[in-house]
Amino acid sequence: MIDTGVLYGLTGVALAAMGFRATLLEPEVIRKLLAINIMGVGIFLLMIATAYTGPDTAADPVLHALVLTGIVVAVSATALGLALERRRRDKDGS
Amino acid sequence: MLDWISTFLILAGVAFFVSGTIGLLRLPDLYCRLHALTKSDNLGHGLLILGLMLRSDDLLTALKLLLIWILVLTASAAASQLIAQYSGRS
Amino acid sequence: MNTLSWSFLDILLVIALVLLAGAALRARSLRQSIILFIAFGLVTALVWARLRAPDVALAEAAIGAGLTGALLLTALRNRPSEESRLVSNNGMRWGGRWGNVAITVSVSLVALGIGWAVLYGMNDTQSGRLAGQVGSALELSGVSNPVTAVLLNFRAYDTLLELAVLLAALLGILSLGGGRATHCTVDPIATSLRGWLVPLLILTAGYQLWVGAHAPGGAFQAGALLAAAGVVQHLAGRAHAGLPVGAVLRVLMVSGIGIFMTMGLWTFLGGRGFLAYPQRWAGELILLIELFATLAIAVTLILCYLGSEPERRRITPAGSKP
Repeated sequence: MIDTGVLYGLTGVALAAMGFRATLLEPEVIRKLLAINIMGVGIFLLMIATAYTGPDTAADPVLHALVLTGIVVAVSATALGLALERRRRDKDGS
Repeated sequence: MLDWISTFLILAGVAFFVSGTIGLLRLPDLYCRLHALTKSDNLGHGLLILGLMLRSDDLLTALKLLLIWILVLTASAAASQLIAQYSGRS
Repeated sequence: MNTLSWSFLDILLVIALVLLAGAALRARSLRQSIILFIAFGLVTALVWARLRAPDVALAEAAIGAGLTGALLLTALRNRPSEESRLVSNNGMRWGGRWGNVAITVSVSLVALGIGWAVLYGMNDTQSGRLAGQVGSALELSGVSNPVTAVLLNFRAYDTLLELAVLLAALLGILSLGGGRATHCTVDPIATSLRGWLVPLLILTAGYQLWVGAHAPGGAFQAGALLAAAGVVQHLAGRAHAGLPVGAVLRVLMVSGIGIFMTMGLWTFLGGRGFLAYPQRWAGELILLIELFATLAIAVTLILCYLGSEPERRRITPAGSKP
């Protein structure tokens, strides 16, 4: 039976890889931002899976605090990216 | 006995969710899908909550579950109404 | 719950995550992509709850799925409609098919390497974990929720800097200018939804702020809920999204950093060191800082959503229809 933390950790790595690949290859800016967000979730998942120590023990709160911070930073970075994209479109007049 | 009733209610709720999801995937246009989704999800969700309320440890937890049910019910009713309206407009 | 059913649930969750992420990245239209991403965010919140991270789950449900989705969808709304259906191809692309293959292969190799490290490294000993240190110092922190203790006491410095990052992003957005044209629709259903949802969101935000001291919750979750209240107001026809204007708004924007710096300097000048709270007042100080941090986070997130400061003349008196 595969350990729960390892299962989620590997999923996190897979999500981060999918997101990173799409970030590099995707031409459309909105979807690029979406890919960056998916990459971020993958990394968060790896961290939370590392913090998880089983159903009976409390998980590591330091990593939880880091991920909590990361989620808020991710949404503000996405908003900044969208604002830049909007500005670019306004400027191009498209 | 209570356990069995609760299990039955939860399974019935899941069945409604499954049928609603099949409707969402199979039905041809937006209005049909909304119809399938709202009907089955509201009922399925209600049955699920009812089943869980029978299993909850104390009254406070049961009341919280009831509150969740009311919230989801009103929010999903309003949201699906809005979706239907906007699709009609554009 | 026995082990078998838990791991069955785990496998379902993992498959749902990967499939939704793949579908969001591959969907034919941008709109489908974004809606699939919102669903992905909700499943992610379930995963956090499963991995015993309730604080993170609350934040993810409100921010990762809710606010990010709202941001992306409104960005889509400013585009011509045919473009949101067909993904355009005029952006930057790296070196044709072979570049594509090269990137895919190298990303896969890196992922395999990290995956190998996870597989062999993660079951390692408990040694070196910070959880033990947090647990043993928890009594000194003034709160009993370990995540809040880390965020607002042990590593308060990091949270201060994070609020600075948020402010920097917000200043970037505001100085880019040209916020969206407001899409205010007056609709009886949206208005009635706003009528009961907004007070409820504000009440829940207050509860989250208060309960964060000893149970899952805290400034980030409360701020996200307040921001959600603002977004609902804006969607239901209030152009200013419930925000104040002018100087008051700007003071709110910096209030989180302001209170942090004030407290830090106060403890510093009192000879204790930067942000080293006196133990007797730690709980109260944390609540005070969290209160202003909540307001600052909420205002920042609403402004991120609006894209620009609301103007004075757009304000309509409460209760009247714009």
